[in-house]
Amino acid sequence: EVLSGVVVITSKDTVQHQGISLTMEGSVNLQLSAKSVGVFEAFYNSVKPIQIINSTIEMIKPGKLPSGKTEIPFEFPLHMKGNKVLYETYHGVFVNIQYTLRCDMRRPLLAKDLTKTCEFIVHSLSQKGKLTPSPVDFTITPETLQNVKERASLPKFLIRGHLSSTNCIITQPLTGELVVENAEAAVKSIELQLVRVETCGCAEGYARDATEIQNIQIADGDVCRGLPIPIYMVFPRLFTCPTLETTNFKVEFEVNIVVVLHDDHLITENFPLKLCRM
Amino acid sequence: HARSRSYVSEFEVCKLESVPLDFGDYHPLKPITVTESKTKKMSRKGSTSSTSSSSSSSIMDPLSSVLDGTDPLSLFAAAADPVTTAAATDGTRKKRDRDDNSAVGSDFEPWSSKRGEILARYTTTEKLSINLYMGSEKGKATTTGSAVSEKVRTRLEELDDLEEGSQKELLNLTQQDYMNRIEELNQSLKDAWSSDQKVKALKIVIQCSKLLSDATVIQFYPSKFVLITDILDTFGKLVYERILSMCVDNRVTLPDNFSPESVNDTAKETCLNWFFKIASIRELIPRFYVEAAILKCNKFLSKTGISECLPRLTSMIRGIGDPLVAVYARAYLCRVGMEVAPQLKESLNKNFFDFLLTFKQIHGDTVQNQLVVQCVEIPLYLTLYSPAIDWILQCIAYRAPEVLLTEMMERCKKLGNNALLLNSVMSAFRAEFIATRSMDFIGMIKECDESGFPKHLLFRSLGLNLALADPPENDRLQILNEAWKVITKLKNPQDYINCAEVWVEYTCRHFTKREVNTVLADVIKHMTPDRAFEDAYPQLQSIIQKVITYIFDFSLLFSVEKFLPFLDMFQKESVRVEVCKCIMESFIKHQQESTKDPVILNALLHICKTMHDSVNALTLEDEKRMLAALINGFIKMVSFGRDFEQQLSFYVEARSMFCNLEPVLVQLIHSVNQLAMETRKVMKGNHSRKTAAFVRACVAFCFITIPSLSSIFTRLNLYLHSGQVALANQCLSQADAFFKAAVSLVPEVPKMISVDGKMRPSDAFLLEFLCNFFSTLLVVPDHPEQGVLFLVRGLLNVIQDYTWEDNSDDKVRIYTNVLHLLSAMTQEAYIYHVDKVDSNDTLYGGDSKFLAEINKLCETVIAQILDHLKTLGKEETLKRQSQLALYFFNTILAHGDLRNNKLNQLSVNLWNLAQKHGFADTKTMVKTLEYIKRRSEQPETSHFTDLALRLPLQSRT
Repeated sequence: EVLSGVVVITSKDTVQHQGISLTMEGSVNLQLSAKSVGVFEAFYNSVKPIQIINSTIEMIKPGKLPSGKTEIPFEFPLHMKGNKVLYETYHGVFVNIQYTLRCDMRRPLLAKDLTKTCEFIVHSLSQKGKLTPSPVDFTITPETLQNVKERASLPKFLIRGHLSSTNCIITQPLTGELVVENAEAAVKSIELQLVRVETCGCAEGYARDATEIQNIQIADGDVCRGLPIPIYMVFPRLFTCPTLETTNFKVEFEVNIVVVLHDDHLITENFPLKLCRM
Repeated sequence: HARSRSYVSEFEVCKLESVPLDFGDYHPLKPITVTESKTKKMSRKGSTSSTSSSSSSSIMDPLSSVLDGTDPLSLFAAAADPVTTAAATDGTRKKRDRDDNSAVGSDFEPWSSKRGEILARYTTTEKLSINLYMGSEKGKATTTGSAVSEKVRTRLEELDDLEEGSQKELLNLTQQDYMNRIEELNQSLKDAWSSDQKVKALKIVIQCSKLLSDATVIQFYPSKFVLITDILDTFGKLVYERILSMCVDNRVTLPDNFSPESVNDTAKETCLNWFFKIASIRELIPRFYVEAAILKCNKFLSKTGISECLPRLTSMIRGIGDPLVAVYARAYLCRVGMEVAPQLKESLNKNFFDFLLTFKQIHGDTVQNQLVVQCVEIPLYLTLYSPAIDWILQCIAYRAPEVLLTEMMERCKKLGNNALLLNSVMSAFRAEFIATRSMDFIGMIKECDESGFPKHLLFRSLGLNLALADPPENDRLQILNEAWKVITKLKNPQDYINCAEVWVEYTCRHFTKREVNTVLADVIKHMTPDRAFEDAYPQLQSIIQKVITYIFDFSLLFSVEKFLPFLDMFQKESVRVEVCKCIMESFIKHQQESTKDPVILNALLHICKTMHDSVNALTLEDEKRMLAALINGFIKMVSFGRDFEQQLSFYVEARSMFCNLEPVLVQLIHSVNQLAMETRKVMKGNHSRKTAAFVRACVAFCFITIPSLSSIFTRLNLYLHSGQVALANQCLSQADAFFKAAVSLVPEVPKMISVDGKMRPSDAFLLEFLCNFFSTLLVVPDHPEQGVLFLVRGLLNVIQDYTWEDNSDDKVRIYTNVLHLLSAMTQEAYIYHVDKVDSNDTLYGGDSKFLAEINKLCETVIAQILDHLKTLGKEETLKRQSQLALYFFNTILAHGDLRNNKLNQLSVNLWNLAQKHGFADTKTMVKTLEYIKRRSEQPETSHFTDLALRLPLQSRT
């Protein structure tokens, strides 16, 4: 594909310059979380950025630009470095995939060079083939819970539901339904928690970190028993990308269904998701 | 030296002349037309009777007719309801509502008409709180806590407030404060938007809609919903318009029904951005409301956007746990849906069915606990649902087929005839639909369980429907019986009267006075104990109004035995007067023929008396005028036919009753005068002894009534008018008395009088009156015991002594007019007579002594005029001098005998004086001269030739 656009230069007087060039850069930045490897390690051991793309073109030879507004159109082909893959733009906590376009104007001695940087977004081409839907049914009762200290103190409840698919198209919302069949305690809130799981591989092994991206409340207050409540969540742009697995790092997503009861019991059910772009 | 005139022949001549000269014709305000052209020759003669009689003969008072229609003032009063205005400031929003709803059809009752009602009805005296977290969206969950907060708590909150600068929690707000705050938020939303702080705007909207998830102070929730959805509407409009403005390509705006393809990419991207932002709002209720608010923007993205969104949003509401919050969310969705896509009915229905599914929640523990905490009773709680359910059902019922309505009803029935639903069905569905099934409804109402929704509200709703649409003929009586059986058992007078008020209309509509009487009797029976009526004046008033709307035959109305006892319940004076006014208005509007029915008269006199007695020193002028107009309207409608004596005694009685309202007294005097003239007409001018006595009684009535009036001019005119009537009825001494009274009143005329509330100089009115008076005096015969022209002399003396404005010529104008009178008096036969009254011409028969007296008088008057002309010799008054001189000249020309040398010389002098300083209007002078020349061609005025020669015409230059 080709990145195209215009460089606009506005000035009162004629501008003397020694050439204008465009630089395209793309890289994956990995940051180890302090939690998984310790503060110092995290500070020193940050993994070297992986360059995906880096190329420069000369737009204009040295010369003069007339006063007023000058527009210089450009077209810039995206050429990968070696056999690297062009990942989608992604801004996470520990993994950042960012593409920038820099325009430099070199100027004669006494004047500073002028630079302008601008981020551009890369969306991967839609993957071929059909997405196989993978619906999930779930039932949550006190018995299905793990990680409970005093099972006896739990109020009784039965929550059923299903997700239409855990293989999701990133542009389509996550859908499903949830029914509170019965619950002894009043429901305070039911939320969908979208979590990203970033894994960075490095010399000492790997670091896996889960962080919340967004939290969507789907029920507020003591909902009607037996009435299906829709599960619906739009994936936020920029913070999500198709599930990514490379040798050095992984970006994965999960959704948690969190039921908060009135006595502040927190019930969580976790579902890994696979996101892709179609 | 007046010239002798033959009025008959002059009149003939004038008639011919007056065609081209008739400039009075196109002046619609002047009552006289033909005589106007003769003003130069004599003072206005015919004006006396025409002005005053016009007021007494008109049947419909123009003032009262104003009251019939929609009175703009009362409309204002309705609109100025303090609660409504406080929030109704956003006029543009209302307008938009109206515009948008026009797509739905004007028969769909728009939201804007409901909101005021809701705001007025759901109020609270409890303290409210607003929680705003403007800083981070992930502020702690809303813990508004109990609204009634202790001082300590407030203190703590204040401390918190200081620590977290971004968080604003306002506690202890009164309802009014709360509404002001919301209005402030609305304003800051607009400000933020216009200053391009879109994120801030969105934050404000989110925070506002968050307030809707807080159901503390539950009584206020419906009003809160109204206020906050106003803000949401504003926001929705702003976003939509912003995106629409982005679509403007080459200054071509999109048509109303644009397709998404014609929307450019920037606009689409912006729109999408809004939806993404909103989709990431954490909390359910704000996310729902904000998305619903910009539902219309889906039009930019795809054709099916709205139809996909609506069902999704509908099912999203299922997540709202609090049933009250949920039902209002549904109402909002329906409202937006109706506005944006009225054709999408399914989601409306789905909303309602979902609501039915969650209905059982109301009796669940969570809600019950909440109610206990807030100390709200179940029946009150249920009424909070009404506006929302009413609205949803109204949307569904709008142009819906009968089948659907029947199905809805069946569904409601399945829920155990739930009263709340039944009530909403009745208020939302078409009245005809309800009316035809009234018996079914009554059955269902009876089966409802007592505990929940108050039953009287159900009957009230049913009654409202029946007031609009008629039930089947055969059921009518049974319906009334069944309904009334329940209504009459209601213990609480407020509940009772609210129901009864509605059902009175149904009764009046379909039944006779017997049933109405029964109903009224029942109302009296219920409302009298413990003076319950004191709290129910508006309802009682509305009952009266309904009764008089349907029964406007007043003899029938007053034969309803309980009507007057019913009126007795209005014991607060202001209300009673209001009711009386209504009745009188209806009487004046509907009564076609005059009446002498004793029942009506007694009842209405009683009512009028009530109105009259309410007048006190503090009563406003307008109020008095209105009451007087109503009473006058009544007086005019009373007629005993040929029984004049009874009529008079009625007037006497009325006078004693309404003595505090001057306009009524004036009306009575006119009526009595009219009665006298009526008598004269019946007797064809020849009074028998009996009628003469009667007429004198009439005259006496007037004579003693007039002095009780305060306005001098009214008194003057009435004296003159009554004097004329007395004269016409050959009551000479009485007429004299009237005229004398008028003469002695003239010195009291004030300099300034108030006309329509403004102070105006009175001289013009006085001038008019005096001219009028003088022309009447022509026919008044001299009193045998008084000197010649006793009245004229008397009046002249009064004029002489009256203190005129320093720089006015009115005195001279009057004197000039007196000359007209005097010249007319010297004629052998006067220009007009009163039938059967001998005027001075017959009495003196042109006696030379009499003529000499007149001449003497003339000379005195002329001397006065000339004196005055001399005083006008100063620079600044020359123009007036010229005008007066010409006026005087014209008088002499018309009335004087110019064969008399002295007079001839005087006229020439006047002519010169008029022109002397160049202030004369050349055109007028030329015309006057032409007139003289033309007159000189006629044989009897040939001496004008000489005159014309002696009159030089001064050229302007």
